[in-house]
Amino acid sequence: MVAETPGPLLAVDGLRKEFPGVVALDGVSFDLRPGEVHVLLGENGAGKSTLIKCLAGVYQPDGGRVLVDGAPRRLHSARDAERLGIATIHQELNLVPRLSVAENVLLGRPPRRFGVIDRRAAARQAAAALERVGLDVALSTPVRELGIARQQLVEIAKALSLDARVLILDEPTAALTDDEVERLLGLMRELRERGVGMIFISHHLEEIRQIGDRVTVLRDGRSVGMVPATTDRDELVRMMVGRTIDAQYPRRRQTPGEVLLDVTDLSAAGRFDSVGLQVRAGEVVGLAGLVGAGRTEVLRAIAGADRYDAGSVRVRGVRVRGGSVDAAIDAGIGLVPEDRKAQGLVLGASVQENLGMVTLRSATRWGLVDFGRLRAVATEMIRRLGIRTPSGRTVVRTLSGGNQQKVVIGKWLAANPAVLLLDEPTRGIDVGAKVEIYELVNALTADGRGVLLVSSELPEVLGMCDRVLVMARGRLVGELDHTEATQDAVMALAVKEVESSRAF
Amino acid sequence: MPSDTSRVAAPSAVTLWRGRAQSALGRNGAFVALLLLGAVMTALSRVFLTTQNLLNVGVQAAVVAILGFGQTFVIITSGIDLSVGSVAALSGIVVGYTSGSMGVPPLLAILLALAAGVATGLVSAVMVAFGRLPAFIATMAMLSIARGFALVISGGRPVPQPAQVAWFGKTIGGWLPIPLVVMVVLGLVASFILNRTYAGRAMYVIGGNEEAARLSGIDVRRQQLITYALSGVFAAIAGLVLAGRLVSGQPQAASGYELDSIAAVVIGGASLAGGSGRIFGTFVGALVLAVIRNGLNLLNVSSFWQQIVIGVVIALAVLTDTLRRRRT
Repeated sequence: MVAETPGPLLAVDGLRKEFPGVVALDGVSFDLRPGEVHVLLGENGAGKSTLIKCLAGVYQPDGGRVLVDGAPRRLHSARDAERLGIATIHQELNLVPRLSVAENVLLGRPPRRFGVIDRRAAARQAAAALERVGLDVALSTPVRELGIARQQLVEIAKALSLDARVLILDEPTAALTDDEVERLLGLMRELRERGVGMIFISHHLEEIRQIGDRVTVLRDGRSVGMVPATTDRDELVRMMVGRTIDAQYPRRRQTPGEVLLDVTDLSAAGRFDSVGLQVRAGEVVGLAGLVGAGRTEVLRAIAGADRYDAGSVRVRGVRVRGGSVDAAIDAGIGLVPEDRKAQGLVLGASVQENLGMVTLRSATRWGLVDFGRLRAVATEMIRRLGIRTPSGRTVVRTLSGGNQQKVVIGKWLAANPAVLLLDEPTRGIDVGAKVEIYELVNALTADGRGVLLVSSELPEVLGMCDRVLVMARGRLVGELDHTEATQDAVMALAVKEVESSRAF
Repeated sequence: MPSDTSRVAAPSAVTLWRGRAQSALGRNGAFVALLLLGAVMTALSRVFLTTQNLLNVGVQAAVVAILGFGQTFVIITSGIDLSVGSVAALSGIVVGYTSGSMGVPPLLAILLALAAGVATGLVSAVMVAFGRLPAFIATMAMLSIARGFALVISGGRPVPQPAQVAWFGKTIGGWLPIPLVVMVVLGLVASFILNRTYAGRAMYVIGGNEEAARLSGIDVRRQQLITYALSGVFAAIAGLVLAGRLVSGQPQAASGYELDSIAAVVIGGASLAGGSGRIFGTFVGALVLAVIRNGLNLLNVSSFWQQIVIGVVIALAVLTDTLRRRRT
């Protein structure tokens, strides 16, 4: 860090924001210096997103001050923030997919001459912006043809071409591969050299150590402390959660019982080929592999969400009709899908309604729904899973990510499945909620159920699974017991040539 | 140990009350508008608040309300049914033609009309659920097809109606108009379907998130068939009521009513994005439209101006609804 501390670019003092029934920010203070990466750390629902939205001009704070270059400012709109040099890269990117890279970089303010767009000036400005972020693509490429990482760079280029001095990055690494994360962190280092101040949000504690300068920890809408980014991991987690987390992966293993799920030779053209696996009572089986290896596809086929061409799925020895979610539910299979917002929840409906989605049919007699039963089940699930919600009638959208995920799991538990298929069950949720989900997995298996887990976080697979099956290009290429499963062993299998797996 | 309970705790009493008052008003926003309209009309016209006139308003609202109930089902699933006006006309023609020219017993003819409603709904639904056509396109096609059939069957001429259909235009005890009774009964039926039955609850889930509905074991296509078939039946009954009032089946009857029914649903607070909407809202929405028309007639405002006023009211109703949603 610089020897003589320059005045802060941006400071927040006692910021307060209230929503009906919820205090989202309750006196948050922090500051950002030029050339600094200031990390905001906190569980989902701690107030990070609300804070960012206040800085981006999306929300108006109810109390406290925002100071830019030492002067108090009111940010009434995104445009106000932009004018003061504050740019935000939201998790959901604000790009127009069909428009070109150049058009997106200069969105809303293309250079004009006599009201007509000056194409040459536009190309020059866009090219300069792309060069600053090191993005090498044709200016005319439609943005939708780029991967998520490069779309993000377009978004950053757009921010920089607005002369942003403050860059807010909301979980920019969540959807990136390791290489892409490396490249993004490199770019952030360059920007730091040039004096850009960055507010960085990430759930990955390793990244924080790599790139961060200072860390402000938020909990329950308050800033609970500011520490250097070199602070050790356990201490950061303790500040964030408000208690110590003993074990990150608290798996309690037990002797597996009867075979619950038996999949043989499952094939679907272009997606996966002769996949065979078993899940026993009390067992957690992991399905590891690179993105695109076919893990999600296999899970969806088992759950009846997609059809398969050949092979069979049996639960407790009984064949399950393929391509029917209904048949799978009746057989005792439940799928918690990878994208809870798009596939798992009706965001505008209440917690209770969401919890009753799978059991709606079985709670129906002669076409009439037994609401008393659905309410009882919902109350029971809220209690059993510790879903933190003001009431069963609260709209699911307002819950934090971890609690939303519990609702998705809860709606399946209500149907009392023998085997639960979990696809990325902890994506985008915080450390505390993750451990709660793991404890839930323990409870399920202690109950004699089986769990089939797909996760892109290898440590999670290694930590929670009793057996790990590795997939590559739509085939199973290996099986590892939890004693022999290490990162290296799994990765070695995941990238191995498909041909050599024939013997398996 | 819950770590974020304090987030949900202790909003001040004032915010709580303000919140409750807002949600009570918001939920019945259309109802408040209806009361206001009624008050204004009462002040401007001595005739408005008479039993006879109010019954008139009810009769005028009936056809649009019944169409609107069916429309509410479809809109909740995030679809739309543009064919309801044409289907209503077809229903009137089918019952008149089969009972008159073909000699089918009148009650059977009524059943045939209802079957025509179901059939048109099912065809629309097949195009939407299996053909993956947008509901707008599929039902726009059906709008044209059903109207065409009504014209073909009738030869473009009005078709006389049997007494059983004319009954729909009469009164009970000499004062209570039957269209009004049919509207209220169907409103209760529709409300029951929406709130108490599997089909109704599934409509909300499908409209809220179709993919989540499918992955939760709801047979989305099957429920869409049911939804559009229901809309078709309601449209067919609306057609009977209309034919009863006119004592003849007109092939051009109810044209443009699909837009009125959509307006009633939207004024009633449903979102065209799906997942929300209530029968009571639609009922009030239909009454709002009828009160405006009736009031402007009483005040001798030309029907040309009425169209402008109705357009403004629809825009205002949806605008206040959108503003209210944005605030929360």
